[in-house]
Amino acid sequence: MSEVAKAPQTLESVTIRFAGDSGDGMQLTGTQFTETSAVMGNDLSTFPDFPSEIRAPAGTLAGVSGFQLQFSSQEVHTHGDAPDVLVAMNPAALKVAVGDLKENGIIIVDRDAFTDKNMNLAGYESDPFSDGSLAAYRVFDIEITKLTLNAIQELGLPQKQAVRCKNFFALGTVYWLFSRELQYTESWIESKFGAKTPSLAKANKLALNAGYNYGLNTHIFPNNYVIAQAPVEKGLYRKVTGNEAVGLGAVTAAELAGVELFLGSYPITPASEILHFLSHQRHLGVKTFQAEDEIAGICSAIGASYAGAAALTTTSGPGLALKTEAMGLATILEIPLVIVNVQRGGPSTGLPTKTEQSDLFQSLFARNGDSPMPVLAATSPGDCFWATIEAFRVALRYMTPVVLLTDGYLAQGSAPWKVPQISELEKIPVEFATDPEGFQPYARNEDLSRPWAIPGTPGMMHRVGGLEKQNITGHVSHDPANHQVMSDLRAEKIRKVQDMIPATEVYGDADAKLAVVGWGGSFGAIRGAVDHLRAQGVKLAHIHPRFLNPLPKDLGEILAGFDRILLPELNMGQLAYVLRANYGIEVARYNKLEGKPFKEAEIVTAIRAQLEEMG
Amino acid sequence: MSNYPIFEPTDPSGLTRKSFVSNQEVRWCPGCGDYAVLASVQKVLPELGIPQEDFVFISGIGCSSRFPYYMETFGMHSIHGRAPAIASGTKAFRPNLNVWVMTGDGDGLSIGGNHLIHAIRRNIGLKIILFNNRIYGLTKGQYSPTSEMGKKSKSSPMGTVDYPFNPISVALGTGGTFVARTMDANPKHMQEVLKAAALHEGTAFVEVLQNCVIFNDGAFTDVTSRQSRGENTLDLVDGKPLLFGNKNEKGIILDKKMRPQVVKVDEVGLENILVHDADNEAMAFMLSHMTIPNHPVPMGVFRSVARPSYEQLLEDQINTAKAKKPNASVQSLLESGYTWRVE
Repeated sequence: MSEVAKAPQTLESVTIRFAGDSGDGMQLTGTQFTETSAVMGNDLSTFPDFPSEIRAPAGTLAGVSGFQLQFSSQEVHTHGDAPDVLVAMNPAALKVAVGDLKENGIIIVDRDAFTDKNMNLAGYESDPFSDGSLAAYRVFDIEITKLTLNAIQELGLPQKQAVRCKNFFALGTVYWLFSRELQYTESWIESKFGAKTPSLAKANKLALNAGYNYGLNTHIFPNNYVIAQAPVEKGLYRKVTGNEAVGLGAVTAAELAGVELFLGSYPITPASEILHFLSHQRHLGVKTFQAEDEIAGICSAIGASYAGAAALTTTSGPGLALKTEAMGLATILEIPLVIVNVQRGGPSTGLPTKTEQSDLFQSLFARNGDSPMPVLAATSPGDCFWATIEAFRVALRYMTPVVLLTDGYLAQGSAPWKVPQISELEKIPVEFATDPEGFQPYARNEDLSRPWAIPGTPGMMHRVGGLEKQNITGHVSHDPANHQVMSDLRAEKIRKVQDMIPATEVYGDADAKLAVVGWGGSFGAIRGAVDHLRAQGVKLAHIHPRFLNPLPKDLGEILAGFDRILLPELNMGQLAYVLRANYGIEVARYNKLEGKPFKEAEIVTAIRAQLEEMG
Repeated sequence: MSNYPIFEPTDPSGLTRKSFVSNQEVRWCPGCGDYAVLASVQKVLPELGIPQEDFVFISGIGCSSRFPYYMETFGMHSIHGRAPAIASGTKAFRPNLNVWVMTGDGDGLSIGGNHLIHAIRRNIGLKIILFNNRIYGLTKGQYSPTSEMGKKSKSSPMGTVDYPFNPISVALGTGGTFVARTMDANPKHMQEVLKAAALHEGTAFVEVLQNCVIFNDGAFTDVTSRQSRGENTLDLVDGKPLLFGNKNEKGIILDKKMRPQVVKVDEVGLENILVHDADNEAMAFMLSHMTIPNHPVPMGVFRSVARPSYEQLLEDQINTAKAKKPNASVQSLLESGYTWRVE
C-alpha cells in the first residue's frame, strides 16, 4: 500500500519519446505531456515523427508513430538528441526507437503487446527482454493493457474501446515518474469526451489515475523526478507549431498592414496545416482558396495581390518547383506576395514527412531570367510567426515576391510561445496609389518600389504583364537598353532590402577563432551546442542570418573576422556555396541528409573536430 | 484598420466604345479575327452599367492574350495558360470586380486546360472568352488541341494523329452554367452573346470561332461566310424551335436512337421540331456535338442556368462566420488554443 516514497530527484532536462503503433494515440499522449509541462513552467520543445503512410499495417515498423519532447528548467533549443525515457507501446516501437535511447535510459513497455505475432511483425527473432539486447537500459515492462482493463472494468466498455485507454495509463505512469500534475489532462479529457461520451471520459481518467498510482504504489521505479520551472519571461503563453505560427503571422501581418489576407494553396505535406489553419479564420475575413494545383495556388495569390490583398501561397519543395514560372511573373509584375516553402527531403517526392534544408538553391535561383527575390528563413516554431511578418513587411514595402523558408522540423515541432500584443507591434505601412494625375505604373520611390494601383480605383486603369516593361510607363518594351535598365532596377531593388536588415548578431564570443554559422531550422541545435561548449570554457560564436537574399551588409566583414567558419546544413552545402560566391570565403562544411534535424551532440562533435584541426 | 482607399465609383452612364480604347497600337495581323472581338467587347462594355475602373482583363499567352493591352481597363497579360487561375484569385478576393479572361485554344485548352476546367467547375464569376482558331499562331503554326484530326501543320507534316477537343463539350462537361459560341464574322451575334455572358452570375464561357489569316486561313469559312452561314449554322434561342436554313425551312428532331436529325419543317410539322432549352444539360451536350456536314453548327447560348457563384458562397461563409463571432479579433486569435500565464 501507499507509503511515503523516496524524495524525488531533481533533474535539469529530460527527453522523452512516446512511441507506438499509429493507432495507439502517441501524438495525443505526447501533446498532453507537453501541455502539462508547459503549464507547470518548463521550457520545452517537441517533434512528432510519424510515417508517411496514413494507415500503415498495424504492428509493423512502418506503422510506428513517435512523439519526442525535451522539457527543462533551463532554456530549451531542441526536442532533445537522445531520449532519457522511451515509452514503447509495442515491439515495433521498441525496435524503431531503442537505438536512439541514452545509455542507461529508461524503457517503459506494454508487456501485453509483446505477443508472438507482434514480435514477428517487428522482426524480433528472440525475446529482447531475455536475450540481453536491452542490457544497456533500465527496462520496466508493465502489463499496461491488462492493468488498464482492470482499472476500467467497472464501466463495462466494449473491449476494443477499453483497450484504447491504455495510452492514458502509460501517460499516468510517466506523470508520476516526472511529478506532473494530473489536473490539466483530466480537464482536457473532460472537455474532449465529457459531453458526448461521458463513459469514455471516465475511462480515460480512471486509466490515467491508475497509471499514476501504479508508479506511486508499486515502487518498481527506484524514485521519481522533479524538473523545476524554467526562468521564462512573464506573460501569456501558448504552444505553437511552426505551421500554426506562419498562419498566425500572416493574419497579424495583414492586420498590421491594414489589408485583407488571401491564401492560395494546394495541399502538400508538410505545409498543409497552414492551409487548414487559415481556412478556419473566415470570421476574421481571411479568404483561402484551395487551388487545383500548385501553379494555381500561387497564380490565385498573384491575382489577389493584384487586387490589393496581403497575398500568401504555401507549399513544400516539389510545389515550389511548380510555382517557379509564376514567381517570375510576380517578380516582373512587382507585386507583393509571400511564398512559404516548408522544406522536406528531396529531390522529387523525396521524403515528404522528413525535414531538410535543401531548397535554398531552388529559392534563390530557380527561375528563368535574372529574377532576384528576397529569401528569409525562420529559426524556430515561434519564430515562424515573426519571420512571416518580416516576409510581408519586405513584400509590401518593396513590392516584391518573398520566399520564406521553414522546414518540416519547425512546421511540426512545437514550443511555448509568448503571445505578443498586436498594438505594440510596428505597423506595416501600405499606401495604395489613387491619384491619376501623372500616374505611372513603373515609377519608383526611394526604395525603388513601384505604386500599388488596384482594380476598382477610378482613373488608375493600366496594364501590366510578363513582357518586359518600359521603365516608368510600364508599356511593353523590347528595347535592348531598356531591358538592361529594368534588369538593373529589379536587382538593385532587392539589394536595397539590406536597408531594413538589422546589424548581424554575433552570439557568444566575438573574439573567438571559430564561428558556427547556420540558417533556418538548425538554429536550436547549433545554439544548444555552442552553449554547451561555451559552458565548458570554449570560445565560440554563433551567427545565424535570417536573410539569405540579400545577405546582410555586414555579414562578409563579420565572417572575415574569424579564423574559421563551421557551417552545418541539412543539405550538400548550399549556403556554403552562396557564401563562397558572395565573399570568396571557404567554410568548413558539416552536411547531413538523413531526413532528421541536427542533434546538439552532432554539432558539438563537429565543432570539436574543427577546434582540434585548428590546434 | 483598413488601408484601402475609399472613393465614389465613377458614373458609367457616359461611357462609350471609345472609353475602352487604350493608347496602345493594336498589333494583330491585318485581317485577324481578333479585331472583331476587340471591337465587340469595346461596344458591349459601355452598355453594362458598370464603372470603368471595375473591369479587369486577364490573359495568358498567345495572339488573343495581347487583348488586355488594347483595353482601357485594368489588365494583366500573364503567363501561358494561367489566366483563369490568376483571375480566380482576383475575383474571389474582390467579387465586385468584373473580371474577364481572354484566352485561346492553345492557352486555354492545352497548357491551361486544368485551370480552365476548374474555374468553370467552381462557377467563379469570370467571363472566359476562348478565341478558337484551331492553330498555334504566335509560335507560327503548330497544330492545337482543337485542330481537326489529320491536320497538316509545321509540327504534323503527315497530319495529326490526335483527336481534338470540342470546347463547348469541355465547358459543359465541367458543369458550365453559361456556355455559348459565337464567331468573329458576325459582330452583332457576338455582342449579344458577350452581353449575356457579362451579366451572367458565375462562370460564363464563350467560344469564338476566330480566323487566323496567316496560319489557318478559312478554318471556319463554311460556317462563317455569309454565303453558307444560313445553311450551316443554327441560332440557339431559349424556348424557340431549333430551326436553320436560309428561310428557317429546316429543323432538328430526335430519332429513335436519340440522335439529332435534320428534317424539313414542312414535312414533319413545326410542332415536332425540338425546342431549345438552355436549362437542359443533356440537350446542350447533344447540341455541342452537332457539326457540319451532317448537322448545322449551333451558335449562341447552349446552356444558361442559375447557380450560386463561388465568390458569393465564399462571401456567405465569411458573413456567417463573422456573425457567429462578432467580437473576434486577431489579438483574440493569438490568445486562443492552449494558453497559460507565467506570473
